[in-house]
Formats: sequence, C-alpha cells, structure tokens
Amino acid sequence: MSHEHISTAGASAADVIGLGVVELAGKVQSGELSALETARAFLDRIAHLDGDVGAFLHVDGEGALAQAASVDRLSPSERRALPLAGVPIALKDNLCTRGLPTTCASKILAGYVPPYDAHVVELLRAAGATLLGKTNMDEFAMGSSNENSAFWPVKNPWDRTRAPGGSSGGSAAATAAAFAAAALGSDTGGSVRQPGAFCGVAAIKPTYGRVSRYGLIAFASSLDQIGPFARTTRDAARLLGVIAGHDARDATSVVRAVPDYEAECGKPLTGMRIGVVREALGEGVEPAVQQALLAALDVYRALGCTLVDVELPHAQHAVATYYLIAPAECSSNLARFDGMRFGLRVNGADLAETYGRTRAEGFGPEVKRRIMLGTYALSAGYYDAFYVKAQKARTLIARDYDTAFERCDAVLTPTSPTVAFALGEKTSDPLAMYLADIFTLPPSLAGLPASSVPCGFSPDGLPIGFQLVTRAFDEQGLVRLADGYERASGFAGRRPADPPKVKG
Amino acid sequence: MSIVSSDSKPSRADPTQITLDQVRHVAKLARLALSETELETMREQLSRILGHVASLGALDVASVPPTSHAVPMQAPLRADVVRDSLPRGELLAAAPSTEAGAFAVPKVLDGES
Amino acid sequence: MATVYEPVIGLEVHGQILTKTKMFCGCSASYGAPPNTHVCPVCLGLPGSLPVPNGAAVELAIRAGLALGCTVRETSVFSRKNYFYPDLSKGYQISQFDLPINERGSLEIELDDGTRKTVGITRIHLEEDAAKNLHGAGSGTDTLVDYNRAGVALIEIVGEPDLRSAAEAEAYLRRLREVLMFLGVNDGNLEEGSFRCDANVSIRPVGQEKFGTRTELKNINSFRFVRKAIEHELSRQEAVLSAGGRITMETRTYSSSEDKTISMRSKEEAHDYRFFPDPDLPPLVVSAARIAEIRAALPELPEPKRARWQRELGLTASDAQVLSAHPVLARFFEEVAALVAGSSPTAEQRATAGKRSANFIQGEVLRYVTLHGLDASLPVAADALVELLALVDGGTISGKMAKDVFVEMVESGRRAQKIVDKRGLAQVSDSGVIEAAAREVLAQNASQVERYKAGKINVLGFFVGQVMKATSGAANPALVNDVLKRLLEA
Repeated sequence: MSHEHISTAGASAADVIGLGVVELAGKVQSGELSALETARAFLDRIAHLDGDVGAFLHVDGEGALAQAASVDRLSPSERRALPLAGVPIALKDNLCTRGLPTTCASKILAGYVPPYDAHVVELLRAAGATLLGKTNMDEFAMGSSNENSAFWPVKNPWDRTRAPGGSSGGSAAATAAAFAAAALGSDTGGSVRQPGAFCGVAAIKPTYGRVSRYGLIAFASSLDQIGPFARTTRDAARLLGVIAGHDARDATSVVRAVPDYEAECGKPLTGMRIGVVREALGEGVEPAVQQALLAALDVYRALGCTLVDVELPHAQHAVATYYLIAPAECSSNLARFDGMRFGLRVNGADLAETYGRTRAEGFGPEVKRRIMLGTYALSAGYYDAFYVKAQKARTLIARDYDTAFERCDAVLTPTSPTVAFALGEKTSDPLAMYLADIFTLPPSLAGLPASSVPCGFSPDGLPIGFQLVTRAFDEQGLVRLADGYERASGFAGRRPADPPKVKG
Repeated sequence: MSIVSSDSKPSRADPTQITLDQVRHVAKLARLALSETELETMREQLSRILGHVASLGALDVASVPPTSHAVPMQAPLRADVVRDSLPRGELLAAAPSTEAGAFAVPKVLDGES
Repeated sequence: MATVYEPVIGLEVHGQILTKTKMFCGCSASYGAPPNTHVCPVCLGLPGSLPVPNGAAVELAIRAGLALGCTVRETSVFSRKNYFYPDLSKGYQISQFDLPINERGSLEIELDDGTRKTVGITRIHLEEDAAKNLHGAGSGTDTLVDYNRAGVALIEIVGEPDLRSAAEAEAYLRRLREVLMFLGVNDGNLEEGSFRCDANVSIRPVGQEKFGTRTELKNINSFRFVRKAIEHELSRQEAVLSAGGRITMETRTYSSSEDKTISMRSKEEAHDYRFFPDPDLPPLVVSAARIAEIRAALPELPEPKRARWQRELGLTASDAQVLSAHPVLARFFEEVAALVAGSSPTAEQRATAGKRSANFIQGEVLRYVTLHGLDASLPVAADALVELLALVDGGTISGKMAKDVFVEMVESGRRAQKIVDKRGLAQVSDSGVIEAAAREVLAQNASQVERYKAGKINVLGFFVGQVMKATSGAANPALVNDVLKRLLEA
C-alpha cells in the first residue's frame, strides 16, 4: 500500500484535478481553463478510478458537461460573477436533485427521482458549479462508516481496507481522491466532520439554521445541517459562502447576513483563545491522535494563541442524549416512506401488510434499529423518561459551551478518538459505533458551528483531524483558526496515491 | 390521548429493559414487519443501547427547560398567496401506482374520507 | 327500579379555515379542482420538503379563539401526531398538542324552549387536513387518493362535555357554525366537508359524577343527522347498560339508510400518536399587541347583530333569523337598510323602510338565491335594490311589477329605472289620467254601476280591471281603486 503524499503546492496548470476550488474558479473565470475540459478531466478520473473506492452512486456525465459548456459560453465578466464557475462538485445522495436519482443509499428510494432541487443545489447551479453526481453515504445518513449503504460500501482512499467514515463517506472520499474539487455532505452528529477527519480533508458543519435544509432528505430535523468538504479550509469557506443564507421555504432557516468567510483566511490569530478539553486528549483516544492534537496545540501557541483549559462536564451524556433525540425525530421523518406515493412498494395482502413489508424490505438494519429506538422513546409512557429528558440534557450540554466561551473563542478536541477503522471492524456492535461519536455529538446538540481540520497522519499513514467549535454563527472564527493552522502546518491539500485503475 | 394495548404493558420498574412483546409492539407502531429472528436481535441490541441511555437517569434536570431548537428562533409566517403547484404528471411520476390522476393504494377499509 | 341515565355529549368540530392557500404550503386551498392538481412537494410529503405556516390561518384561528372567549397563547407549539394512513402524506399530521393557540372559551346557545346555556370550549387549535379518498373509484382492489385537500388549514374546536341532549348538541353546532361564518373563518359547508363534526357520546346515571364510557360518532355531515345519530346512540347505550352489558370505547358512524349507528373500529386499538414538538417548526409567537389588534377588528357576531336589527330596524325575530342565515345575505341587508335609512330622516321611517327592505329581500331576493345558489355576492348590488324599492315607494311601479323588474335586473344587469323607462312600465299615477279613464269606464258600464250602487260592491273589481285594460295595465291600481270609489260614491 503506497502512502505517497502528493502535495498540490506548485501544481502545473495541466493538473486540473489537483486544483482547489478558489484556484479553479479563478482560472475558469479568466478563461485560462475551460469548464468543459475541467469537467471531462474529473469525469474521466471518476470513470477510471472510482470503481475501487465506490464514492459515487450516480454520475451525471451528460448534465455535468452541459452545465460546464454553458459556463464556457458566458463572457468573462459574466463568469466573474460566478463564485464557483466551472468547479466540479459532488453532492451527497440525500440532497434532492431534480431529474437525478436521489436514493439516500437506501433500497426504499432506489430509482427515486425528485421533481425539485434542494435549495443548496439551486444555489450551486446559480454559482456556476458543475454538478458531477451523487455520492454514496450511510443509509439515510445513519452511520459513521458508510458501511450502511444499501448499495456498496465506500473505501477510504488512503487505505482501501478502511472505512472513510460516515455518513458522508462518499463525499469525503471523492474530495480526498480528487474525484471532485469539493463536495457537500450533511452533518447530524458528525457526518461531515468525522469522514473529513478520516479522509484528511477540511470539513465544516455550519451553525444550525445557517444553511437551508429545504431539499435535504431529513434524518433528525433539529440537528441536520449541510456542510462542505474541500481539501483546504479556504476552498471550503468559498463553498460555505455560496450555500449559506436564509431560505423562506425552511422555517428553521435564520435571517442573518452571510459574512465573507473567505476573507478570514490569512488573518492573524494572535490573541485568540483556544479552549482545550483535557479529558478529550486522554483515555480512549488513540496515541497517534493524542500526539497529533498536542502538536497542533503547539502550532497554535506559536501563532500567538492563548491556550485555556475548559470543561464540558455534560459531554459524557452526549451519546445517550443524541441517540434518543435523533432516532425519535427520524422515526417520525421516515414515516413518509410507506410505499404509497413514491419509492419502493412491496405488495402485501392488505394495507397493513404492504406498509410492514415495504418498510422491512426497504430499510436496512441500522435504519430499522433507529426507527425502533425512536418510536420506543416517543411512545406512550416513555416520552417524559426518554425524549423530554434528553431534550433537557441537551440544554445542559449547550450551557457547557456558553460557559466555555466566556473564556475562549474556540473549543478544540479530536474529531474522532481513532483514525479510520477497518471495514467490518465495528459493524457487529452498534453501540460501539455510537460511542465513537463522542466528540462530534456535543456541538451538534448545541447547534454550534464546528469543523474538522487535517492535522497529521498515524504511523500507518491514516489521516487525523482535530475539531474546532466556535460560538453560534461564528463560522468566521472557525475559518480563521483552521486556515491559520493549515498555512503553518502544511497538512492540508494532501492527496493519497491514486487507487488502481478499473479494468475494462 | 394514547392507549398502549394491554399485551405490552411498559415495564415501569426499568424502562431500559425492553421485552420481546414490547419490541413486537413497537415494530407494529412503526409498521416494520420484522421476522422473529430480527425481533430477537432487535431486542438484544435495543437493550444494550437503552442500557447506555440509562445514564441520563442520573442527571438532575428538574429545573432545566428542554431544548427543541438549539438556536433561538420563531416560526416565520407565510403570506397567503397562491403559488403554482407542480404539474400533476411530475408529481405522480414517482408513484408506485396511479389511476385517473390519483394515487392508487391498497384498499382502505374504514370507508372514512 | 330502572336507572335513569343522562346523556353527556362533547362535540369536536374540524373547520377548514377560509384561506387562499394551505396551512403549510402555497398550494391553493380551493375546493373542487381535478384530483392532485393543487399539490406540491410539501403537502405531498415528498422527501426533503418542509412546512412553513400560513400567517392568515394563524390570524383567523386567533379571531375564532377571541370571538369564542378563549385565552390566546402568545407562544404556541406545533406538534406531530404520528400514525400511518394513506390520506396522511407525511405519516404524521402537524397539529397542536400540549400548547395550543387558544384555550378555555365558551359559547352561549339558545335551546328550543328559549332558555340559554353556556357550553365550555376546551381548546381551539391549528392543524392540517388529510387527503380525500375518491369514492367509488378505483378498479377493484385499490383506493384512489386525491391530495388536494391534504394540508388545508383547519381549526379543531373541542367542546367540553357540557351538552345534555341531542337537541343541545344541534343548537351548539348551529350556533358555532354561524359564529365561524360571520367571522369569515369558515364557510359552514357540511356537505362539502369544510365543516365537520364528531360527537363524543356517553351516558351516566343521574347524580353520578364519573363519566361513562364514551363512543365517538364520526361522519356527521348534516344537522338532521346530528340529532338523529346522537339520539340513536344514546338509546343504544341505554339498552346495552340496561341489559347488563358494557359500552365499548369505539368509533361509530351513523347510517341514515338504516337509521342507526354502526361500529367502525375499536378504539381499544387506539393509536399511540407519539406527540412531540415538530422540530421543523419553531414556536409560533404572536405578540399581545397583535392579539389586541385582531380583537379590535372582530366583526359583529350574529346574536348581537340580530338583536340590533330588531331594536333599530323594526325587524321581527323571525325576519332577523332568516336574514342572518348567511353572512353575505346579512351584509347585503345591512347595506340596503343603510342606504334606505339614509333617505329616511325619522326613526319611524327607518323602521318602515327597514321592514320593507327585509320583506323584499326575504321574498324576491331569497327566492332567486334559493334557485340559483348564493355565491360570494348577491345577484344585485345593494344600491340597485334600493333604487327599485324607491320606485315602489314613489308609486312609479306597483309591488307586483317590482318582482318582474327585479328578475330582469338580475338577468340583464341593468338598473331598475332604465328597465322601467325602456319598457314603459311606469305606472300611471297621474290622477287626472286615471280619473278620465275611470269616468269613461263608468260611463260605458252603466248597468254595472247600478249593480254596485245596489250593494254588489265586488263589481269594483270589474271596474278596476277595465281601467287597467284601458290604461294598458299601467295605472297604479291603488289609485284606480281610490278614484273609482270616489266617483261611485259621488
């Protein structure tokens, strides 16, 4: 297994697929690069190399080429108005794309084609992006390894015996392997950040309400957010700037101006305070991860940041809290998958049997498990003991952050206690899989913006990421701190060696 | 008003211990036709997960308000202006079965409209 | 000794709110469109869709709450009611559960014997309607579902179990319906299903405080059925208990053809709705100031309106009842009465004018409306009707002629004066002309004059007829009468 790291620094103009979002957009805007040739380069790459990764569920070659061609036909001044001109982007398959299959990696939606675009998809199109296709994921965004896909698992491009993380495994892998310049995923309990860490790419989960969920097929409505993957924070910031903002079709979308996130890149970090949760660097965390985090703290110190010890005393309850709230909400959100109006229908002798068989055959085991858990938590007699209690625990977790932010500007922890685990390693024990979400869950529950930043590699060459959490709507702080670290450390933008070409 | 049918009385002693009957009942509520083996596996797994969830029992949350939206927000109100619906053909296109411009579903027995 | 039972009845009304669009999406809420032409990803529950509440529906729900004496909650919450049914496109209904927008109101009703009773209202909350099954359609094994109705805004009005007879239930329903109609909240249409009623019915021995087991009667879609269905259910329950049986908590429907209630499904298998606050909808916040605004703008309710008409416009209670049957009719009457009053300086004249307007509207206008249906407005404008009535008052045309003119006004859209002029309908009221014609007739019918003077006073009718003939029917008959009498008595 080759662990050759290809840096994109100093890439030649021909190495289109190695270019980041900002650079690529600039070259297409100026006319130096053709959007169509760029699209072709990425599509070819996917066609030849994704076979052994499995990142894409559906590639829309025709659509992508048409979009790219139309960008090329514009005048330079028209193209300059498009922040993502000709930039090839991959979309997690729980984002509705009109005319393209949207399956959530589930049999119950196999072949389902939505009649409308998600809000963020409309924004990407309007920004001139080339939408390459839909990426693989854990079914209905439930999972942390992309092994819950009903179709096929995704392999980590850094080591294809390992999981890419989940649930946005396909988008993370596609970004890492340069099958796309960037990608969108969704994050409910860590589903953008954790695969970002496992695949060594920058990943951002915005503040709850920052990005419209209209057209995102819901998992847990009070937690879901759409977030970008890119190989650098600056590129991710560009993408975030395009998708953020109010949408009248989402009642949980906030009315709040979108700042220029990209402009935070390059700003000095002196005086910024980083909150360190000592417990998060101790027992249960893989040594390589601990070391990478400590080294990252040294970098921040050197950049002029103050390190402050903070505590999140209720974070230990995050798994229990999350695994009551999210399943409860999803048990209700997934009730619409009943075989009546769209999707799979398995005919039974009567209505009841049709419901039962459609859903039993259409949903995979993890989805069924969470529906059962959620239904139980909401059912008569248990609502107060489970659901309400969890919502109260959520308040306590959020208050921990309020307290922490009195003394720091960002809280830093590992994104995951381990690096990418082997495929099949955790699939027999759901609870063990859940417990690995311990660091990403608390900011989700608190609705706070959080990002994963590549910060090193394990001795086996597997990526490690740390997580930054800032105050609500302070994505600028996230970008500034992540970008500052990236410039000083040199871990961002690296790519694994290419997977072997697919035969035939 | 909700009534739990009598063959699956909640185990008040410890709500995190779920019985097979309760699993069966929950599967019915969720319209999941699980096999006997699946039901048993589900019972095991849910019990384990609920065992972990039990840790919330230790929390003193008596005076803590529940959070249903992490970021403070109010429902926006939409103006009462008609927006064009999508063409019927497009919306029916994904349906498993249609007839006469309507969604065809297995016979609904109650006869209630 | 046989136990004496008393009925305990509580009504649940679901009323569609008169908004242009549905509760959570911009689809048209109008009735009667071809199936599935007023649907979108939101009301069809397509994956990825999200609800956004209709501001007008919220305002009308508050209006209803205030008019019915409720406390309006400044912060209320939408909750999900989870169950599986093909008419429920999301697998849950968005409703309100523990924090509804209106609570604790009441409605005063008048019973058959004239006594009044206050009926408690537990709550009035917002929710969305379900889809409709197309009856009798479907090739055999399938039911066909039309989602046009899915998502239409509803208020659910839950009445306290204060009703003690089927008659009281009917009175409550009628009063509630007219209040909602006059508020502009609901169109009161039981047949189309925009005003639906379920009844919770139980009986208990007189003197017992504890309620008996109740059954729920559904699909009550006319006032006649309300009374019959409840009466039948009460009898049935009494028969069961008297025979030593027990009442099963269940849902029943009334079959008019069989004139009895039939069990639909056992409520013992009741759904566990698993209510929880809808995470897609933040709390609904309405300021105290806004609530005060809505209260200040409440329209006059039917009871106070009827009382005022009787007081100020000389209407009888019966007139008032007829003219307030529908808010559009009531408004029309008031417009007419106001215009007429404008030209009647004294209170007495106003009362007379009001009464005359009331009679004509109850007569000709309602006759037309009954035949042709009542739309958003009456077939003629208020001022057009007033012009017609003024022509009668002034003697230009007779009351009889006015009826014909009215029909032509409706059909042609032309004004009364124009019609009268065009057709030369103006009565001849010139006493000179009438007198000349009368003298002529009397002169030519000397023998009849003799008979009249001999005591056969009904010959007058013959003379009137002759004068009318001589004037081509244009003479003012009242005047003709007077003139002939005068001439004959001379």
